[in-house]
Amino acid sequence: MPEVLVLVDHDGERVHHTTYELLAAARRLGDPAAVVVGTPGITGRLGESLARHGARSVQAAESAEADEFLATPAVDALEHVTREVSPVAVLVSATTDGKEVAGRLAARLDAGLLTDVVDVDPSGVATQVVFGGSYIVRSLVTHGPPVIALRPGSFEPEECPVEARQRGLALPPVDPARSARVTARRTALGGDRPGLTEAAVVVSGGRGVGGADGFKVVEELADALGGAVGASRAAVDAGYYPHQYQVGQTGKSVSPQLYIALGISGAIQHLAGMQTSKTIVAVNKDPEAPILDLADFGVVGDLFTVAPGLTREVTARRAGS
Amino acid sequence: MNIVVLVKQVPDTAAERTLSGTDHTLDREGADLVLDEINERAAEEALTLKETAGAEVTVVSMGPDSALDAIRTVLAMGADRGIHVRDDRLRGADVVTTAKVLAAAVRTVGDVGLVLAGNATTDGQASAVPAAVADLLGLPQLTQVRELRVTAGRVRAERETEHGEATLDAPLPALVSVTEKINEPRYPSFKGIMAARKKPVETVGLDDLFPDADAVGFLVTRTRVVEAVPRPARTAGVRVTDDGSADRQVADYLIARKLL
Ligand SMILES: Cc1cc2nc3c(=O)[nH]c(=O)nc-3n(C[C@H](O)[C@H](O)[C@H](O)COP(=O)(O)OP(=O)(O)OC[C@H]3O[C@@H](n4cnc5c(N)ncnc54)[C@H](O)[C@@H]3O)c2cc1C
Ligand SMILES: Nc1ncnc2c1ncn2[C@@H]1O[C@H](COP(=O)(O)O)[C@@H](O)[C@H]1O
Repeated sequence: MPEVLVLVDHDGERVHHTTYELLAAARRLGDPAAVVVGTPGITGRLGESLARHGARSVQAAESAEADEFLATPAVDALEHVTREVSPVAVLVSATTDGKEVAGRLAARLDAGLLTDVVDVDPSGVATQVVFGGSYIVRSLVTHGPPVIALRPGSFEPEECPVEARQRGLALPPVDPARSARVTARRTALGGDRPGLTEAAVVVSGGRGVGGADGFKVVEELADALGGAVGASRAAVDAGYYPHQYQVGQTGKSVSPQLYIALGISGAIQHLAGMQTSKTIVAVNKDPEAPILDLADFGVVGDLFTVAPGLTREVTARRAGS
Repeated sequence: MNIVVLVKQVPDTAAERTLSGTDHTLDREGADLVLDEINERAAEEALTLKETAGAEVTVVSMGPDSALDAIRTVLAMGADRGIHVRDDRLRGADVVTTAKVLAAAVRTVGDVGLVLAGNATTDGQASAVPAAVADLLGLPQLTQVRELRVTAGRVRAERETEHGEATLDAPLPALVSVTEKINEPRYPSFKGIMAARKKPVETVGLDDLFPDADAVGFLVTRTRVVEAVPRPARTAGVRVTDDGSADRQVADYLIARKLL
């Protein structure tokens, strides 16, 4: 079977859930080959879980500077392996980082790029949801190895243990005149919460939350459900919550199993980032709020009573089960 | 220093966006076109640098005739000159072609210290063009930036993504893409609007940018749409008015849907 490259997302210790989704998608197209880019020793820590999810080979681009530069180490590694093995496709997660890596790689390879893909079939046709969820488009790459960025949450990870060959890649050093150096990193202050774009559950607050303190109610519900916290642009602009959590057209696009909107009116630009969620629950005081027109379960009510009540219910039922 | 700002005209998002039935490209005729809001912020950053450090600001846009309006808007804000890449063959250009064309346009400016772009467009939202342009130009990429400092031949920036924040550092020349939170863009003044009419805008086509290319072999897109269908609109499901039991009802619903 032809190979399909998968760029591994990881935090240095563990493989991100999104990578397992990529491996599941890759298996539809060919033999998954995982490309790991990180500091020395990383492949030893990640190899086993990659093989458990079907990676037939693990291509390791380990170097001390892998974490020190933005994007280019991953692009260099993918370009190198692509030129070597001529894969049928290269898959990355459609996160902010992933889309940038994909864009650079496609430019270098003069290859077709498809981003925010939610499905792929064995013939290579990829499905995208565009214009904030108003169109479904199916496309093919017609030139070069397809570079495909898959939207997190679109594929179910599958275990499929195989024997993975490991191979080290020797790449030339990064040229600091052509790459930006990362001099400090602060991980998202979500603490143990899942990443916004990867989370199965997202609980978002809007202007109705009324202030930064009010977001505690949002966070508590998110934590009870094991989800991520999101925010509308109005909430972000008012300083209630940091910008990196903004959901919508100019924020992040999310498509979780469950999206809960608290005190969000449902402006078209907010819907653009969340209306592909599988299930939408909304709580809003105003029965006319547009969000209630598309919620699978809409509550006309005060978020400050409904959300804490729901948090208690969830906690109690989880403890009970 | 020369600064280039990459700007795109997009359909106003408050309006409905449709795909043309014939070739699945964005139906621009039916849409209200505006300069993408994030690009105003990229322009604002360039103009601040022009005022504080001295720079000549060139605004570049690839698009149909109407894209000239987007260029004029940035000239009215205070940019010095424009390059309008306009060529009918570019209709339906993919990310790679867009990036190649923009990179070639930047090269015509010469001695560029900084290329500024928006982090994502509101129509395509590929969020990949700036990274691809950086790659083609061999420039360090400082993208998704909410704070920017340019001093002594270096650029430092605060990057923000769903995974957290990072401080980036690179020598000039470099490419920066900004988020909508980086600044508040200025409004063009009446004087600015009048002055913009007289500022030079060069219109270039593919033959100007790629004089050696074989026109037949020029790839406009490396992808093909097989099918495009409108997605059925979502409809409302259950609706309750809270009488003190809504929390329990939502929990029951989540259990029934196996979400809890
Ligand atoms: C170019 C552009 C890009 C944009 N990008 C985005 C984007 O990425 N994301 C985004 O979200 N927006 C975006 N917007 C803004 C968007 O148009 C709306 O202004 C924004 O989404 C409104 O946020 P909101 O629903 O929180 O606030 P509002 O519209 O003010 O709604 C607040 C809601 O809270 C309800 N409420 C108040 N108190 C309570 C309470 N105690 N309990 C229950 N409900 C309560 C109210 O009834 C109201 O419906 C963009 C706009 C433009 C022009
Ligand atoms: N046709 C274009 N002309 C000029 N700049 C563009 C064009 N397309 C994209 N850009 C730039 O790239 C940014 C991100 O676009 P995108 O990658 O398409 O989301 C935009 O905000 C612009 O700065």
